[in-house]
Amino acid sequence: MPDPLIACEQVHYTYLRGTPMAAVALRGVSLEVQPGELLALIGPTGSGKSTLIQLCAGLLRPTAGVVRVLGQDLWGPRADRRRARRQVGLAFQFAEYQLFEETVRRDVAYGPKNLGCSEEEIAQRVDEALRQVGLDPAGFGDRSPFSLSGGEMRRVALAGVLAMRPGVLVLDEPTAGLDPRGREELLARIQALHRQGQTIVLVTHGMEEVARLARRVIVLHEGRIVLEGSPGEVFAHEEDLHRIGLGLPEAARLVRLLQCRGLRVADALTVEDARAAIVAALRGQDRGPR
Amino acid sequence: MDLVKYAPVGQYLPRNSPLHRLDPRTKILATMALAVVLFLLRAMAGLGLFAVASLALLVLGQIPLGYALRGLRPVIFLLLLTVVLNAFFGSGGSEARTLFVLGPLVATEEGLRTGLFVGARLLLLVTITSLLTFTTSSVELADGLEWLLRPLRRVGLPGHEIAMMMTIALRFIPTLLEETERIMKAQTARGAEFGQGNIVRRAQALVPVLVPLLLSAIRRSEELALAMEARCYSSSAPRTRMKELRWGLGDAVAGVLVVAASALLVSVR
Ligand SMILES: Nc1ncnc2c1ncn2[C@@H]1O[C@H](COP(=O)(O)OP(=O)(O)OP(=O)(O)O)[C@@H](O)[C@H]1O
Ligand SMILES: [Mg+2]
Repeated sequence: MPDPLIACEQVHYTYLRGTPMAAVALRGVSLEVQPGELLALIGPTGSGKSTLIQLCAGLLRPTAGVVRVLGQDLWGPRADRRRARRQVGLAFQFAEYQLFEETVRRDVAYGPKNLGCSEEEIAQRVDEALRQVGLDPAGFGDRSPFSLSGGEMRRVALAGVLAMRPGVLVLDEPTAGLDPRGREELLARIQALHRQGQTIVLVTHGMEEVARLARRVIVLHEGRIVLEGSPGEVFAHEEDLHRIGLGLPEAARLVRLLQCRGLRVADALTVEDARAAIVAALRGQDRGPR
Repeated sequence: MDLVKYAPVGQYLPRNSPLHRLDPRTKILATMALAVVLFLLRAMAGLGLFAVASLALLVLGQIPLGYALRGLRPVIFLLLLTVVLNAFFGSGGSEARTLFVLGPLVATEEGLRTGLFVGARLLLLVTITSLLTFTTSSVELADGLEWLLRPLRRVGLPGHEIAMMMTIALRFIPTLLEETERIMKAQTARGAEFGQGNIVRRAQALVPVLVPLLLSAIRRSEELALAMEARCYSSSAPRTRMKELRWGLGDAVAGVLVVAASALLVSVR
């Protein structure tokens, strides 16, 4: 197995440590992010997802435990956190609120400029990043980011992170607050990036997104990993998920309900799979003896 | 990057201590009285007594000392500056004894003493005002202030509006700090570095934080104004309160104690 891009070992984190408002967010989390994978991080509100990815990006220092990026301890004595941060491209929740430049192009260029890229390289990266998020550099490049729609702003912000060319793209609820079409488009973009070999960590509350995109799922609850595995494995624990306030994708629930009613449908997680499974089941039923 | 930790002065700490239960008017008046007393004191002994009393109040208010000390962090620089400036330039008169010489600067013993005294006074002032904010929520504070400003309405001072503005401002300090922290993190993730290089570069590095912060503050204030209007808020409308201010026995006791302590301190000076 290749070296993990990110590795957390027994990581703990407490906010406002040493004050009466101290809040424990993570209690011993270990995980690895492998090159090329699309890992989904799910969990109820307040379970520590955002905290965990900020630790991975070297923005927070763990109260205890070790975070490694490309094998290097982020907070070790000779750590080069700047280099490590370049490897982890973190797009925050509601990332559009970080835009500040006069034009889209300049905003996306902010990251590469901080990296010290040459003018040509910056221009090239900006164009590429804008295309990757589905915005035409010629049409959007010179507009003010504040004249765009919410969904477009979100994509500009995402381009700002992509322009850093991070080894791992970490997205915190990228589809939150988007309309159905905006969501579909963004998901398609994420999927396309993943197909091109981009390693992605996706934090989300959308179980459909998990079922469709992820190869591996980690479930957080109260600062601990409670479930881990392929979407099929994780969603097989319906009871456990319910207990912590999560659920199954709609399609999977439909299939479960049909199974309860006695229809012999194969398990399915996505709408397409469920459709195929139900059609197959109905065909089988027609033919078979009753 | 826990900016929230550095909230200016003290943040309200919900507890159920005798100090928390006092009427906010009592606490505001007492704080004002004690601040005046603090400036009447002339001797270190008086300050010492005052310090002991402040500590006792912190304990009574169930404020952890470490937390109170943390609240002092923002003024440390100011304190050091006060002490140093006084040591070098404080008036010691002609018979001032020289402590040491640093180039053209001469530190005098009298100057240093004045510096320490002024510094200690500043420290205690911050302590008692934070004690007020530790034990009084911003809503209570505003209610109390509004009541205290009432007599000034006759000369045209809009007490209610001032109190409302204060409540809103206090309410949003932690929110804005959180927001600042979030935006700084987001820009850090894009390779920004804060507090590096010369002053110009440091100032430039703040632009990507200040623009989104300002925008979000404006957005928030617009939302708040809309929400208030949707609930028919009008500053001049007669209104009742969820929590009526009421003087209690505790307030009488506190009042007597503060007056007595002030008299004692001023007589000691
Ligand atoms: N800046 C902060 N200061 C204090 N406590 C915090 C802060 N940020 C998060 N917490 C606390 O840490 C815990 C984990 O928060 P976190 O934001 O990581 O959750 P999350 O899983 O991302 O939730 P959500 O799905 O709502 O985004 C929560 O209990 C939260 O209250
Ligand atoms: Mg979150």
